[in-house]
Amino acid sequence: MKGLYENEMKLEFFSKSNNEAFARITVAAFAAQLDPTIEELADIKTAVSEAVTNCIIHGYENTEGMIKIIAKIFANTIEIEISDSGKGIENVEIARKPLYTSKPNLERSGMGFTIMESFMDEVHIESVLGLGTKVTMKKVIEKMPSLDEVAQEERDSLCSVN
Amino acid sequence: MESEFLKEDKLLLIKITEEIDHHSTEKIRRMADNEITRYMPRKVLFDFSKVSFMDSAGIGMIIGRYKTANMLGGTVEMTNVKPSIQKIFEMSGVLKIIPVVKSA
Repeated sequence: MKGLYENEMKLEFFSKSNNEAFARITVAAFAAQLDPTIEELADIKTAVSEAVTNCIIHGYENTEGMIKIIAKIFANTIEIEISDSGKGIENVEIARKPLYTSKPNLERSGMGFTIMESFMDEVHIESVLGLGTKVTMKKVIEKMPSLDEVAQEERDSLCSVN
Repeated sequence: MESEFLKEDKLLLIKITEEIDHHSTEKIRRMADNEITRYMPRKVLFDFSKVSFMDSAGIGMIIGRYKTANMLGGTVEMTNVKPSIQKIFEMSGVLKIIPVVKSA
């Protein structure tokens, strides 16, 4: 059973706000196999938290529903798909704008999509009114050279000087 | 969340002791507003030393507390903010009204 992706996981959970932490920690644990830096891991956790919060507040407007996450790993890239079957976004272009929020009364900053876009390498939003919203995000985890490789490179450069 | 009011300086110290997201802000908001309206401090200092994670919910939360404190004649500052959290505050422009200061 070998597909296009090297690894894949699926997660489904209720649209309850205490699942926000569960979702971001689970995706971070899955992403850990790419050996990300602490900063890259924090970026992924934040982006997942934003997308899941959007499903809860906007997609389902605090009513009950299911949120689905599919995460895939291919080479050094993680792709995370977060979807709900909620009300959908009327105008994705407007929703993406920094500081735009449809719910200012809830002390929302309108920075959710902006944070996803700046913390991930790619963010794609698909939404159909009455059917739901799917956010697909990708992040490339740069491979850090191992200590052995660094040492070898140093030896090589020393040799070439001599 | 832990808080302490220093009477002589009219300074309210609020130490947030959990991850900040949409789920936790409800509680933080309620408790912080309670303390701010009770002491009417000249300055509210939020200590982030125990905060390991924050998403954009933290931006709305801190601006909301600024509004409460400001209405009662006070200002708000933050301290011990980790780089990953600082990044989020920088993106939002909130640091212009709520600065991050060095811990005392």
